[in-house]
Formats: sequence, C-alpha cells, structure tokens
Amino acid sequence: MTTTEATATAGAPPGVGPGAGRVPAPRRRRGPAASQWAAAGFATPLLVYLILFYAYPLVRNIDLSVHDYTIRAFVQGNAEFVGFEKYAEVFSSATFPTALWNTAVFTVVSIVFQYATGLALAVFFRSGFRLSGLLRAMFLVPWLLPLIVSASTWAWMLNSDNGIVNSVLAAFGVGQINWLTSPGTALLSVTIANIWLGIPFNLVILYSGLQNIPGEVYEAASLDGAGPWKQFWSITFPLLRPVSAITILLGLIYTLKVVDVIWIMTTGGPGDASTTLAIWSYREAFGTGQPDFSPAAAVGNLLILIALVFGFLHLQLQRRQEDS
Amino acid sequence: MTSLGTTGTTPTRSTPGKPWWKTALGLVLTAFMLFPVYWMVNVSLTQTSDLRADPPHWFPWDPTFEGYTAVFQQQLPALGTSLLVGLGCVVLTVVIAAPAGYALALLNLRGGRTLNFLLLVAQMIPAVVMAMGFYAVYNSLGLLNTLGGLIIADSTVAVPFGVLLYTAFMSGIPRELLQAARVDGASAWRTFRSIVLPVSRNSTLTVSLFAFLWAWSDFIFASTLNRNGELIPITLGIYNYIGNNTTQWNAIMATAVVASVPAAILLVVAQRYVAAGVTAGAVKD
Repeated sequence: MTTTEATATAGAPPGVGPGAGRVPAPRRRRGPAASQWAAAGFATPLLVYLILFYAYPLVRNIDLSVHDYTIRAFVQGNAEFVGFEKYAEVFSSATFPTALWNTAVFTVVSIVFQYATGLALAVFFRSGFRLSGLLRAMFLVPWLLPLIVSASTWAWMLNSDNGIVNSVLAAFGVGQINWLTSPGTALLSVTIANIWLGIPFNLVILYSGLQNIPGEVYEAASLDGAGPWKQFWSITFPLLRPVSAITILLGLIYTLKVVDVIWIMTTGGPGDASTTLAIWSYREAFGTGQPDFSPAAAVGNLLILIALVFGFLHLQLQRRQEDS
Repeated sequence: MTSLGTTGTTPTRSTPGKPWWKTALGLVLTAFMLFPVYWMVNVSLTQTSDLRADPPHWFPWDPTFEGYTAVFQQQLPALGTSLLVGLGCVVLTVVIAAPAGYALALLNLRGGRTLNFLLLVAQMIPAVVMAMGFYAVYNSLGLLNTLGGLIIADSTVAVPFGVLLYTAFMSGIPRELLQAARVDGASAWRTFRSIVLPVSRNSTLTVSLFAFLWAWSDFIFASTLNRNGELIPITLGIYNYIGNNTTQWNAIMATAVVASVPAAILLVVAQRYVAAGVTAGAVKD
C-alpha cells in the first residue's frame, strides 16, 4: 500500500485503513435513480467550483493570450484580437531560448539531487536507529516552512558581503563569490535552495515506498551473503522503481511551476540568468511596473502544455500500476 | 518539542542495541539540513550592529529582541490576515471536498472517473497561470485586493487534493455500515452527516492542515491578487520588508521566524498527518 502506516491506521476504524491513499475507480454498478440524484447533489458544489474557479480563469487566460491586452485595454475591455501573434512573439523573443534552457537545467538538476539525496536518506532512516523517527520528522521542516521564509533565509546566507556561505568559504581560502548577483552563479544558487526544499518530499515518499518492501526479501538476501551495497542495487532499487518513477514525475511537475523561490532570491536576474518559463510569465504580468498580460499568458499556456505532457505520463504510469 | 515529536513517529525498527554511530550520523545530517533554519533564528536575534560582522556571529551571545518588537508593532495585522485567509481556505476546502468525496467514493457518481481525472490534471496547472486568469476575472468582478478573492484563489491548491484524499479514505469505509444506516431509514444526507463525516475525521484533519498551511504560505496569489490590498498576508509583509529595508535583516528574519510558527506547531502536533498528506495521492500501488 502506499500511504505511510501512520495514515492508514490513524484512528480509522478496523478495515478502513488499507483503502487510504488510493483513488479507486468508481464502481460501475448502477444504483437506483434516487441515489444518482443524491450523488449529483453532493458533487454539485465541486462542479460549480471547478467551473467558476478553474475553468473560467483558464479560459480567460487563453483569451488574454490571443488578444493584445495593454493595461488600458484591460481596464476598458476592448483588446484587439491578434490570434497567435503573441505566441510568435514569445517564440522569437531572445528570452525564450534562455528561459527554456534555464527551466530544463533548474528542473533536471533539482530532481536529480533531490531524488538521490532523498533516496540515500530514506535508506539510511529505514535501517532504524535510536532517534531515527524524531530526526526523520525534523527533516520535514524545510518543506513546511513558507517558501518566502526559506527563500529569504537562503538569500541572506548567500549574500555576497555578509553571507555565512562566503564567510565559511573564505576560511578555506576561497575568494568572495557573488552568488545571487553574478550571471554565472545565480541559477546555481536558486537550484541549491530548491534542492534543499525538495529533499523532504522525496524522503517521505521514498521512505514509505521502502516500508512496503517486505523484510523477508532482505533476510533471504543476507543469508545468500549479499552485503548492503549489493542488497541496495539488487533489491531496494529495482523494487522501488514504480515509486521512484512517480516521485520523479511529480517532482518534475512541481519544479516546472516554481516561482516563489527564484523570484524572491534573484527575480530571475541578473538579466535573464535565472529566468525560467514560470518566472518569465510572472515577470511579464506582475513583476514590472508595466504589466504585459498577453505574452505572459502565452508563456503560461506553454508551461501548462509542458506540465500536461509529464502529467499524462504520470497518469499512464499510475494506471499501469493499478492494472498490474 | 522532543517528547511530543516522537509520539507520532515511533521508528519501526529502532530497538536498543543498534549501532550508535548511525544515531551520530543522523544527528549530523539533521543539523546540516536544518542549518538554514538555525541561521534564520540566529540572525533574528543578532544586534543590528553585528549583522555585518566578519566573520558572522555563530551564536547570538548578546541577543536582541528588536526584530521581534518590530514584528509585533508592524506585522500584527498581516498575521491576522494570514490567519483569516488560512481559516477561510480550510472551511471552503472542507465544505466542497467532503461531500464531493462522499459522492465519488460511496454514491457511485456517474462520470466519477472523469472527475477524478480532471482533479489530477487540475493539480498540474502552474499557480502563476491561475494567478493571471484570476487577475483578469477579479478585475472585472471587483474582487482584486479582497480577502474573499484571495481565499478562493488559495483554495484552488487545496480543493483537488482534498477531494482526492476524501475519496481515497471514504471508499475504504465498510459498506455494511452504510447499509445498516439505510435499513434504519437514514437519508443520504443523514448518512453523510452522522456516519461518513465522523468516521472520516482524520481525513478532515489532514485536509484542513494542508489547506491552512498552503494558504498561510502562499506568495504567488497574494503578490498578484492582493498586492494593493489594505490587508496583506504575512508572506507579502516579509516581501515588502525585504524590498524596503535591506539592512534590517534581523527584523526580516524575526518576521520569518514568526511566520514559521504555524508550520512548527503543526509539525509537533500533527506530524503523522503531515507525512500522510505528503504521500497521499502521490504514490499508489
């Protein structure tokens, strides 16, 4: 099962636990017509909510991207229809290749390190030792803090003149590094902060995945004389593959969306050095005194497309696991 | 903190006699991981004159509470706003998600599979895109810079999650329980209110916890939909602080510490629900 044992058993009546954490296919059996009415009644608030607060803003967003919305047109509501012109502008903009590359680097590097660290920690904590439960709980802290808190703390730690990081490096004879203000290190800095933020999520999910591997498998392996290293590569890693795949895909979807951390630490700068697609979209619409909603919406819609590709991959994976 | 923290997290295989070096290594790793958090607290207590000391002060031997005084003088309204937005978001999320979960899990709602699929897709839409759409919609409805508007926007993160979590839990409720209620002549509403909801108490806790935490931590919606509001949430309070006086990092960090309090409380009080929420809907096999 998927959820941690804690969820499943948290006060649930006997027999309820194992269902937690999975979204089963609704039963196909047809109830009496009356119960369909009741079902529809209970689902109505959600349907209304989804139409008003998901579908409508998204439609407005598409509408923004195919019109030329200046701030005046925004107020007067008479923006000119321009079709895909804004998309063409976005694709031919000098920022586009940079933002696309930065998004790829930020996402891939974040995921690789978050996953590797998360997995190593999960295996370490799984081995069980005194205080391991408490320490594992402490690892959740970065994930729970408001992003603005973590991001501003990192910004101060990486401050060129007074940051603790430079001060420690200076003790090893490294000269001052302008982490957030030089084009060479800005993206690296926000990526480091983002890796730190993502480790708890990876740890928790991979740890719960590890708990589902039966202990007997390991006992059999150690009877066969397999050491910890061999056990990891021949048991843990292969058996964890489904969980790993989903962790990584979810990580991808989350990381593509990141705005807060980068915006607070570097606002995407210097220049476009740490501008990702999400940051670009945010900056065009809200980041300057001159809001430019149409290209921002175009970039945003592009981002949705990319996220959906990975999203469908994720759903596909989940479905395959359900079937097997 | 220590004694409370352990209650929810009894380690599965921690028996006496395990190698002590693992505990030592664990402590070192945790200290390393939590160093930024320590640093935030340390800076928040540092004298303004010592902020630019070289090397920086590793421990606030001569602590000052200037930063915290400033927080309580200037940021109380922002803290109140965040609290209101968080609670509003919790109520809205539970009111919408719980009945929907009931319909999906136990009432065999037609089209339920499609709805589940839409909710999963909804979770993938970047907040910055939603923010733009909401901005356009709110602009014409006059909802910009209102608390209600912010609550609704913040809830879009929590509602799909909530529905999926409720559905998952409720489909595990034994059918006999509902059958018995029906035999006794209970209506669908009555069954929901007096059986399904009480049994799902833990799901409600998990959903509420995350709805609150996400709303409390939100920066994107606040900075776009509520930027000129009279009542700004604490995240925006910190952000404006950074923009206005970059020298007073002790005050900024003090605000950050105060803004982290709900997270700390939730971690201590409800750690197992946190772990539950992270995993729910993420992995299933």
